[in-house]
Amino acid sequence: MTGKNNANFNKEYVELVSKLTPKTNEPKTLFHAFWVGGFICMIGQFIKIVLSSAFGLYGDNLAGATSMVLIFLSALLTGLGVYDRIGKYAGGGSIVPITGFANSVVSPAMEFKSEGFVYGLSAKMFTVAGPIIVFGVIGSVATGLIYYVLGLLGVIA
Amino acid sequence: MIDILMQFVKAFVVGGAICTLAQFIINKTKLTSGKILVFFMLGGLVLQALGVYKYLVDFAGAGATVPISGFGYLLAEGAIKGAKAGIFGAITGGLSSASAGVTAAVTFGYLSALIFNTKSKYN
Amino acid sequence: MTDKGTLFFKNKPVIKSAFTIVGPKESQSELGKFFDICLKDDRYGESSYEKAECKMLTMSMKRLIERQKLKDSDVDAIISGDLLNQIISASFSARDFETPFLGVYNACASICEALTLGATLIDGNYAKNTVCSAVSHFATAERQYRYPLELGAIRPAQAQWTVTGAGSYLVSEHLSGYPVISSATIGRVIDFGITDVNNMGAAMAPAACSTITRHLRATNTTTSDYDLIVTGDLGALGSRLLKELAKKQGLDLEPNHVDCGELIYNIDEDEFQGGSGAGCSSVVFASYLYPMLKSKKIKKLLLVATGALLSTLSSQQGESIPGVAHAITVECSND
Repeated sequence: MTGKNNANFNKEYVELVSKLTPKTNEPKTLFHAFWVGGFICMIGQFIKIVLSSAFGLYGDNLAGATSMVLIFLSALLTGLGVYDRIGKYAGGGSIVPITGFANSVVSPAMEFKSEGFVYGLSAKMFTVAGPIIVFGVIGSVATGLIYYVLGLLGVIA
Repeated sequence: MIDILMQFVKAFVVGGAICTLAQFIINKTKLTSGKILVFFMLGGLVLQALGVYKYLVDFAGAGATVPISGFGYLLAEGAIKGAKAGIFGAITGGLSSASAGVTAAVTFGYLSALIFNTKSKYN
Repeated sequence: MTDKGTLFFKNKPVIKSAFTIVGPKESQSELGKFFDICLKDDRYGESSYEKAECKMLTMSMKRLIERQKLKDSDVDAIISGDLLNQIISASFSARDFETPFLGVYNACASICEALTLGATLIDGNYAKNTVCSAVSHFATAERQYRYPLELGAIRPAQAQWTVTGAGSYLVSEHLSGYPVISSATIGRVIDFGITDVNNMGAAMAPAACSTITRHLRATNTTTSDYDLIVTGDLGALGSRLLKELAKKQGLDLEPNHVDCGELIYNIDEDEFQGGSGAGCSSVVFASYLYPMLKSKKIKKLLLVATGALLSTLSSQQGESIPGVAHAITVECSND
C-alpha cells in the first residue's frame, strides 16, 4: 500500500504537483555550494599551515589535528546558532566538509538536552551522524580484510 | 609565496568542486544531509581502497581532506596500512587513523551541547 | 442527514468568543495586530519548547474562559488537539482545568474536528459551553517531524513553516448576535500518492477538494453563497493545486478562496509556501476572520481545516501521505 502501489495513486495529480512545484534555482545553489565549500577547505589549508609551522606536525597527525580544529570551530558555530544559517545558504557547501559532520553531531545533542544527559544529549548525538561512523567502520574493516587476504595471496606486496 | 598561494587555490577549487557535486546530487535526488554524508564518506573510502584518492590529497591538500570523503580516505588508508601488520591491524587500522575526527566530534559536541541551548528560529 | 458525514445543527450553536496566543514570528506578520497575546520569547519562560507549547494552549483557554466571566466548572467539555506524539500539549493543558476533556488528533485539521464535536454536543443539548482549541509550535514540530533546529539542512522551496500559536474558541448554546455554526462536513481520508514530506500542501489539497465538493452538495450551496472559503494550511502551492482540482469538478474557487497559511506570513512562493500546523487555521480564524463575522463584515464563511496524517515512521517506511479536511459553515445569525 505504499507510494506508487497505493490503490489511490493518482498519476495525473502527481504529475500536476511536480509541474507546479517551484524548482530549485540550480546555478545559484551550485555557486553557493562551490564558494562556501571551497572557502571552508581553504580555512582547513590555512590551519594546516599554521599547525605545521607552529607545532611541527606532519602527515597523519597534521591532518588529524586540522580536522579537530575545524570540528571545534563548527561545534562552536553550531552552539552559537550560526551554522544552520550557513547551511541554509550553502547547502552541500557546508554539509560535505568535516564541519558539516560536526554540525550533525552537535545539533541533535543540543536539541535533545531537554530529555536529559544520558538518554537525551548523549543517546541522540549520533541520530544523524551515526550512519557515517557505522558505514565508515564497516567499510574500513572490509578494506583492511581485503588487503590482508590479497597480501597473504601475494597479490600485493 | 606563490607556492603557498597555489596551495590555497587548489584547496579552494577542489574542495569547492566536491561540494558542488554534492549540491548537484541534492538538487537531483532530494537526498537528505545524513545520506549525502554517508555517500561521500563511502566515495572517499572506496576511491582510496582502489588507491586513487591519495593522488587527490597530494594535489589539493585540505581541498581533499576537509570534505567528508577525506574521512573515508583516512579510514581506508588506515586499514590498508594496518593490513600490512597483520589481521588485527586490518580490522582496527581504519578507526585508529580516523580517531582524531571521531574523538573531536564527541568531545566538542558534548561540550557545546552542555554550554549552549538551541536558539529560536524565525526564518 | 442527506449526505453521509454532513451534520446540520438545528439548534444553532454559536461561537461566543475566541482567544489567541502567537509566537514572535507570527506577531511580526501583517495579521500581528489582531492576535490577543504576542509572545516575545517562543520558550514562554519554560525550560523546553514542548512545555512552552502546552503553556500557550493552557493560557489561551484560561483567558478565554475568564474573558466570558465563566469558571472552569461552567464549561462542559474541553476538546483540543495538537501535533505532538500522544497529543501531550492538549492532554497536559487539560490537567489545569476542572473540566471534562476530549483529546482530538487530525493533524492540522484538528481545530475543525474540535469545533464540529463541540457544536454537536451543544446541538444535542449535551452541553451548554464547550471550549475547542488547537496549538502548534515551530520548534516542537520541527524536531518531531524533521531535523534538529541547529542542523544546517536545506529548506526546499515547497516547504511550509509551522505556526507557533494557540487558538481557543468558546462554543455555546444559541445566543442572538453571535456567529452560528450551522453545518459541518466530516472529511474522508484522501491519499493521491504524494510522498514528499516537504510538500504538505500537495498532500492535503485533494482532501480539501473532496470535502468542499461534498459540503456544497450536501448543503445545496454553491461557492458564491459564501463570502469566503477558507482553507487551513495548504500554502501557496497547495492553494493553486486545490483550485486546479476544483476546476475539474466544475467549481471556481478563484474569487473567494483564501488560505490561512498564505495569510499569516508574507510569502515568496519561490522560497516558501506559507504557514502550516494545527495552530495556523486556529489563530487566523479566531483573530482575523471570526471578528469579521461578529461585526457582520462577512456574512457566511466555510472553514476547511486541512491535515496531513503522516508520522516520521510512516514516511521512513515509504508510505505516501494521506490528507483529511473537515469543513464547517459559520454564518451571522439572522435574528
